[in-house]
Amino acid sequence: MTTLPLISLRSVSRTYRTDGVAVTAVRNVSFDIAPGEIVAVMGPSGSGKSTLMNMIGLLDLPSEGAVHLEGANVAELSEDRRSSLRARSIGFVFQSYNLLARHSAIENVALPLVYCGISRRERLARAEQSLQAVGMLHRAHHFPRQLSGGEQQRVAIARALIASPLIVLADEPTGALDSRTGAEILALFAALNRAGQTIVMITHDPGIATQCRRTIRLHDGELVSDETIAELLPRRSVAS
Amino acid sequence: MTMLQGFQIALHALRLNPLRSFLTMLGIVIGVASIVTVFAIGSGAQLRLQEQIRSIGANVLMITPGAVYQGGVRLKDGSKLTMTEGDVQAILEQIPEIQAAAGSLAGTAQVIHEGKNWNTTINGTTSGHFMVRDWQLASGRYFSGAEETGAGKVVILGSTVARELFAPGDDPIGAQIRIMKVPLEIVGVLDRKGPAQDDVAFVPLSTAKLRFLGSASNINRDSVAYIIAKVAADGQMAGARAEIESLLRQRHRIPAGQEDDFKVQDPAAAMEAQQGAIRTVALLLVAIASVSLLVGGISIMNVMIVSVTERTREIGIRRALGGRMRDIRLQFLCEALVLCLLGGAIGVAGGITLSMTVARMAGWITSIDGEAIGLALAFSIATGLIFGFYPAHKASKLSPIEALKTE
Ligand SMILES: Nc1ncnc2c1ncn2[C@@H]1O[C@H](COP(=O)(O)OP(=O)(O)O)[C@@H](O)[C@H]1O
Ligand SMILES: [Mg+2]
Repeated sequence: MTTLPLISLRSVSRTYRTDGVAVTAVRNVSFDIAPGEIVAVMGPSGSGKSTLMNMIGLLDLPSEGAVHLEGANVAELSEDRRSSLRARSIGFVFQSYNLLARHSAIENVALPLVYCGISRRERLARAEQSLQAVGMLHRAHHFPRQLSGGEQQRVAIARALIASPLIVLADEPTGALDSRTGAEILALFAALNRAGQTIVMITHDPGIATQCRRTIRLHDGELVSDETIAELLPRRSVAS
Repeated sequence: MTMLQGFQIALHALRLNPLRSFLTMLGIVIGVASIVTVFAIGSGAQLRLQEQIRSIGANVLMITPGAVYQGGVRLKDGSKLTMTEGDVQAILEQIPEIQAAAGSLAGTAQVIHEGKNWNTTINGTTSGHFMVRDWQLASGRYFSGAEETGAGKVVILGSTVARELFAPGDDPIGAQIRIMKVPLEIVGVLDRKGPAQDDVAFVPLSTAKLRFLGSASNINRDSVAYIIAKVAADGQMAGARAEIESLLRQRHRIPAGQEDDFKVQDPAAAMEAQQGAIRTVALLLVAIASVSLLVGGISIMNVMIVSVTERTREIGIRRALGGRMRDIRLQFLCEALVLCLLGGAIGVAGGITLSMTVARMAGWITSIDGEAIGLALAFSIATGLIFGFYPAHKASKLSPIEALKTE
C-alpha cells in the first residue's frame, strides 16, 4: 500500500504499576491505520481496548514502543502540542457521551474550537453545521438532560466532528443505547466513513463489528487478529 | 484559550450557583467594606484636624491655666483662672517675637434675633484675637478701642451664627441681637474658617466681664481663661515659648522647683501629633480588616478545591477535547479572580454606603478617596491570585484519563 498511514503503532506496550504490582494492559501491539478506514476494535472486557484507544488519542503514552501520528512520534511532542492535536486532529466519542451538563447542545459541540482559538461567532456557526450533519440542529439550545441517550450521542458525535479531525475515536459508542438507537448511531458512523472520515470504534457487539471492513481483536492485551472483510469473507465461507 | 474566554467560562460557572458564589465572596466583601470604611472615616478625621490646625492660624501659642495648690492640695488643672489681662499685656510688650496676643473668656449662651434663636459659644476677647488667628471679616468691622475698654454693647458673629439668625439676603450689620437679655449691635461678620470654628459670637472682653459675668464673684476682675499669642516666624516658636514661661513664672511668683500654674502649648503641633495617632489607629484597623480578607481568601480557596473535585469529569472532558494544562489553570484562576473582584466591588459599594451612614448618624466627616478604593481592589485581586492558584494548579495537574473515569 502506498498511502502513508495516519496512525501507526510499533510494538506498543502499556504497563500500569500500582502498589508494586505491574499490570500490562497492552502488550507488543503493532498495526497501521490508513486514511479513510473504519476499524472495529474487539475483545473481552479488560483486554486493553480503552488503553489502546487512549494512546491512539494522545491521552496516554506507551511504556514501550511508539505511536506515530502522520509520521510523528507522539511521545516526542510536548504535552501542550499533544493537547492542540487533540483539539484539531482527534474527535472523541465516549460510551457515556460526556457532554457538559450545564451547557447547551450547541455550546458542547463548539467546545473543542475554544481550544483552537476560534472566535465565538465562528464557533457557533460551525457548531450549527456540525449539528446539522448529525440531524440535531433543531435541538441546538437544549441541555443534555433534555435529550435522550441517542440524541446525546449524536450531539457528542457532532462535537467530535467539529474541528474536521483526522480521526474519530469512539469507545463503545453504542454501549449505553438500546439496539435500535445503537443501530442508528452505527449507521451515522457508516455514513461518515463513506464520506471519507477515518474512524476507530471499540465495541464488543459482533453485529456492529461485521459492519466495519476491518476488525482488530485483542485478548489479554495482545493482538490476536487483524482482518479486513476481504480476508474475512473467504475464511467464513471455508468455515461454513 | 484567552483571558476573556476564561472570564466568560468563569461567569457562566458562577451564575449556575449564585448563592454559593455569594457566600464564597462574603469574606472578601466584609474585608473590603471594612477597609474602605476605615479609610473613609480615618481620612475624614484627618481632614477635620487639618481644618482645625488651619483655623488656629500659623505659629500660634496657647496659654491655659495649670496646676494650682491650695493649702498644699493640688487642684485639677484649669480649675482656677490663673492668667490675667496684665499677663497678656506683659507678653505683648516684653517678648519681641510676639506679634499679637489676646486673652479670652468663653461660655455658651442663647443668641436671639427677632423670632430666631441659636445656642452658641460666646467668646469675650480683644481685636488681637482675630490678628493671632488671621481671621478676616466677611463684612463690617472689628471692635473699636472705645468698645474694648468701655464694655461696648457690640458683637461680631461667626458665619454659622449669622446664617442661623438671618435670611440669606438680610444684612446682619447694624442689627440688634440679645445675649442673656443684653441687647448688642452686630458690627461684623467673620469669614468662614470651617464648620467647627464658625459657630461662635465674639464680644469685647470687658463686655463679657461686666455684662455677662458681673455677678460671678469667683472671677477676678482681671482674669482671662486662656491667652493666644502669635509668634513672628516658625523658627522662633521654641524660643518664644521659653520666654513666655519664664516671664509668667516671674509674674506669678512661682518659686524654683514648684510646678507652673499655667501651660504653654503649641496647638498645631499637638494636633499634628494627634493626626499621627489617627493614622496609626487607622492602619491598625486596616490590618484587622485584612484578616477578614485573609479569611475570605481561605474560604475562596476552600470552595475552589471543592469545585475542582466536583468538576473533575468536566476537567477530563476539556482536556480530552484539547484543553491544555494552562487552559484549565486559567479557567479556575479566572473563577477565583471573578469571585474576588465581584466581592471587592460589592465591598467597595458596601463600604461607601456604610461610611456615609456612619457619617450621617455620628455627624463625622468622612472622605472616600480613589486611593483607598484602588488599594482595596488591589488587595482583592491579590487574594484571588494567591488563594486561587493552588486549586487551579491542582485542576491542571489532573490526569485526563483518570478525570474521565470519575463519576
Ligand atoms: N489506571 C490503571 N491502573 C491500573 N490498571 C489499569 C488502569 N487502567 C486499566 N487498567 C487495567 O488494564 C487492563 C485493560 O483495561 P482497559 O484498557 O480499560 O480494558 P477494556 O477497555 O478492554 O475493558 C485491565 O486489566 C485494567 O484493570
Ligand atoms: Mg474499555
